[in-house]
Amino acid sequence: MTAELPPGLAIQKVDERIMTLNVGPQHPGSGHMRIIVQIDGDYIVACDPDPGYVHRGEEKMAEYRNYITNIPHLERPVIHDSCNALYPYVLGVEELLGIEVPERAQYVRVICSELNRCIYTMYWLAIYGIFLGHSTMFMWPAGDRELLIDLMEKISGARVTHAHFVPGGVRNDLPPNFEEVCLRQVNYFEKRIKEYAAVFYDNPILISRTENTGVLSREDAIRLGTTGSVLRASGVDYDLRLKEPYDVYEELDVHTNVMKEGDSYARSKVPWLDMLESCNIIRQALQKMPKSGSVRVKLKPNPKGKGLDSVYKRVESGRGSLGCHIVSDGKVEPYRLKLSVGSFRNLIALPYLLKGEKLGNMPSVYWSLNYWPVEADR
Amino acid sequence: MSTDTKQVTSEEKPAAKPAAKPAANLPAFENSISDKIVEKFGDKIEVEFVKENRVGIKVDKENIHDVAEFIRDGLNYDHVESVSGVDYPQDKEIEVVYHIGSYSDSSLAKQILVLATRAVREENPIPGKDATKLPTLRDIFYSVEFHEREVFEMFGVYFTGHPDNRRLLLPEDWADLPPLRKDFAIKGR
Repeated sequence: MTAELPPGLAIQKVDERIMTLNVGPQHPGSGHMRIIVQIDGDYIVACDPDPGYVHRGEEKMAEYRNYITNIPHLERPVIHDSCNALYPYVLGVEELLGIEVPERAQYVRVICSELNRCIYTMYWLAIYGIFLGHSTMFMWPAGDRELLIDLMEKISGARVTHAHFVPGGVRNDLPPNFEEVCLRQVNYFEKRIKEYAAVFYDNPILISRTENTGVLSREDAIRLGTTGSVLRASGVDYDLRLKEPYDVYEELDVHTNVMKEGDSYARSKVPWLDMLESCNIIRQALQKMPKSGSVRVKLKPNPKGKGLDSVYKRVESGRGSLGCHIVSDGKVEPYRLKLSVGSFRNLIALPYLLKGEKLGNMPSVYWSLNYWPVEADR
Repeated sequence: MSTDTKQVTSEEKPAAKPAAKPAANLPAFENSISDKIVEKFGDKIEVEFVKENRVGIKVDKENIHDVAEFIRDGLNYDHVESVSGVDYPQDKEIEVVYHIGSYSDSSLAKQILVLATRAVREENPIPGKDATKLPTLRDIFYSVEFHEREVFEMFGVYFTGHPDNRRLLLPEDWADLPPLRKDFAIKGR
């Protein structure tokens, strides 16, 4: 009987002690996905993540649009990190077309990308805070990220979904007097997020809830192919801004934050430390950026690649490495476009981390993965 | 006015650009990686391209398991970043491309090894029950687990030996063609 059923519908017989629980997709604690957990009393014995509720076929859509009209929809999977979401695609198209980007445009991209990383991380921190029942940690990041959203609005005209990166540079130059405003906002932002330590990261209640829960060892982090803050919280020093620098990152002084514990607390602290580092990078970039010059190479209408070709470009986004594999067959549309996103790669760790944990620890483990369901589904 | 400022900036940072270039033009390290694989497997594999930080290897499905094992044990690659399927209807084949990287070996941190193989493409696919099958790499690289499930539902490539070949992103009752095949058309396009 079960052999006739299509995959996924097979009925599984479990022990009578075990209760199967569907967390999501409507449950607010699960994001836009379902987590099927099997519990024995209060302890999770098995967990099966079931994403796909917000799958919208970005990869299929990309095959029907040309290299320029692909820009706005490819940032949709993660709208508050939209510059980083577009970054690998734009780098890949530039390599396909053989375009050199002006230096000022590269600096503008780095600034936008770091601002977006902070905007994303603040949003994630707000969610992480509220699901641990810490409403101050919801209100403060949700309010403070407005500082940086204002900056991005000045640059691109939109609060989210900027569509600011284009093959050949960025869409517009920075507005006049931007450097001073940016420096002031970023300095204030840095001062604000340092205050989070007192209410959140040094809070004994948070530490008692997250320390030693969901421990991912260094070996497992590597074996499972996790990325970004999850990987760095498990003691692996790997950040693409340092390891495979793109644009002008190799001229900037970038430090990575690595913690050895690999528990929920470390995974929640690394993105916060990354934000402080982002502030440093923005200040350096503002200082080193050429004060004038072109920010965009004009492309010919309907740019196309040179015959059968493929590129794989990756950048460090707010959720880890974000790769874009473009196969071109010399037409104006990509033949195939594949996004390899950090959220999807980190999801594989969830069943391992939840096994043996208490059900009450599920939100702290799940959200500490720096996971964005919409991006994982694409 | 603008010419003045341009001169000032070019004087300020003269060495930044040329210093980075010469190292980038030499794919010597990448060549040494592909040479090691060619030395071991000879004409069983085909070197597709050697670019900066990227080495592309093409292998048929009979040998992919051995090649992947050598890549892990002999070359210190330890995880798969991405598995993409590419549909080639005119060749009657579906290509599966593994992008393999390394965290533990710092000399390979920039490198991505692109391992490609091809499966037979059926005109009328019955996912899981037709000839579109490849051996799984999950026993070598654990990280391919969800990626291979995605390729199975989106292209109908069944991975023999994968312990969990269920749907991942698509609905359980999806009864149409695997949606990323070229013959599945978006309505109105």
